[in-house]
Amino acid sequence: MSDLGDLITAADVVVCCGSGGVGKTTTAAALGLQAARNGRRCVVVTIDPAKRLADALGVPGGLTNDPVQLPVDGPGQLWALMLDTATTFDGLVVANAIDAQQATRILSNPFYRNIAGSLGGTQEYMAAERLLALHLDKRFDLVIVDTPPTRNALDFLDAPRTLASFLDHPVFKLMMMPTRRGLRVLSIAAQPILRSIGKVIGSEVLADAVAFFQAFDGMETGFRNRAEDVIKLLHGERTQFVLVASPRIDTIDEARFFAGRLKEKALEVSAIIVNRATPDFGTPSGKRPRRVADAALFDNQAQLHTLAMGEREHIMPLMIDTGREPTWVTLLPGDVHDLDALDTIRALLFTGSAAAQASR
Amino acid sequence: MLVVELDGKPALAQLVGHDISCLSLTPAAALAEYLETHGLGRVAKRLATSGVIEVVATAAPGIDDIVVLGKIKQLEQSGSYDLIVVDGPAAGHAITFLMAPVNLLKLVRGGPIHGQATDVAQLLSDPKRSQVILVTLPETTPVNEAIETAEALRTDAGLRLGPVVVNAFDEGPDLKLDGVDSGTAMHAAAEFRNARRGLHRRESQRLADTLGLPHICLPLVTAAAIDADSISELATRLGAP
Repeated sequence: MSDLGDLITAADVVVCCGSGGVGKTTTAAALGLQAARNGRRCVVVTIDPAKRLADALGVPGGLTNDPVQLPVDGPGQLWALMLDTATTFDGLVVANAIDAQQATRILSNPFYRNIAGSLGGTQEYMAAERLLALHLDKRFDLVIVDTPPTRNALDFLDAPRTLASFLDHPVFKLMMMPTRRGLRVLSIAAQPILRSIGKVIGSEVLADAVAFFQAFDGMETGFRNRAEDVIKLLHGERTQFVLVASPRIDTIDEARFFAGRLKEKALEVSAIIVNRATPDFGTPSGKRPRRVADAALFDNQAQLHTLAMGEREHIMPLMIDTGREPTWVTLLPGDVHDLDALDTIRALLFTGSAAAQASR
Repeated sequence: MLVVELDGKPALAQLVGHDISCLSLTPAAALAEYLETHGLGRVAKRLATSGVIEVVATAAPGIDDIVVLGKIKQLEQSGSYDLIVVDGPAAGHAITFLMAPVNLLKLVRGGPIHGQATDVAQLLSDPKRSQVILVTLPETTPVNEAIETAEALRTDAGLRLGPVVVNAFDEGPDLKLDGVDSGTAMHAAAEFRNARRGLHRRESQRLADTLGLPHICLPLVTAAAIDADSISELATRLGAP
């Protein structure tokens, strides 16, 4: 599937990947806008803690963890949200706990409070969880994911698998053992491997961690099943990966690196979008004028033409790697930070052919 | 002089040329080395062979940021370099990364990682030893992001910020449009360029006004590709703003 229109008609999930500064968030928002205009009930979710999506959509107060609906000219719906890791994790604990006491025990654990809050790593896993929850939410029939810049985006794809293998890991089982055997907790000293970990991360944090995992007892099956469901969803036929790039060597190298990682995971790039392309006004006609002001105009057109041609050349390796013809979106004179500007991008993505845009 | 890359991006080594050392740091390698140098080599081996390192990283997220920052601190202490430049993570992750020591210190009360986090927090909060330089583009969203990141780093992490670098600034006067037919490609090209330059001027001004930090503008490289030569040219501009 390479046509963007077909892609957003048929997909359940669209994941936008790419490095920072390539207009990934704007692209995700523009795809969502088109889907909603075509009658789909679409939610765009941003995992990037930066507030780009709120900016691109022109939502004045910013986005929250709960989806907000945006005005759309068409039969569908457009919703947007920004992932709040801690709230999502709390909700999951409450939903999966056997009883209220278990939930309280976990929610008040210092180790839990810290991993659920500000520390990195949890975010990617919660993103994967949230993706599944939104996919199952009856209000939406299309989830568009705006992933964080490269390194984090790869973590996002790995997160469910990391959790699944973590829950199967002998060390996790070891931590769980004391309660399983009905012993009163914290025989850390008796477990050489836990003692080793304690040496590294400090014994209190380990004690809190062990208490956390023991409080977790009975919930891991639910979490593991959900992790498996997320992996299945990401690998399903109705999940599409869109690679977003800008036409400069460094971001193209990163896009190629990303395409390679997707391939390793047996995932395919469904479409490439090249944003921020220099508009090509062609070569200036005639000879370079003598008058300074006219020469400056001549040089400007020539310079933009050189840039545009160079960009087309740079993108070739990415096209060869993925076997996809990119959709080009030219750089706008201004920035995208309201729905009108976003609509311009949407129109460029879905109606402008490469040739038509190039001659703009 | 050493340049440290954290994201495993292939582009950096090609950009800086041959006479500058580059180092790529990964959390896994940094953790293994940390354990080794702290007399926990035996532990490291056992942790590595049983795959515990990944479990530790999962059980104590943020530890990967600490060991990477710890490695940078160790490079600084080694005295082998006058200056270490770290290509840090992008806006959203940068705050988590630079606040990892502060956050971990709230959680851990003893042990080697506590010591490591303390040392790193000292390095980051001492303006004589380290400075955070924000790099942004002169456009609305990147400028908003830079402002938010700067405020978070100043208030929440207590870091002192160095000058802000505004990259790919399309400098130059507006092109004069009088005497050109408005239907021509040349006219459209000039209008486009003038609009871009206007946006760049407005946004870099807004950034300067809001943050009140020293400001360095790097010009837009109009060559089709950025290579070691363009980097060298940009470096000259950074040195003599």
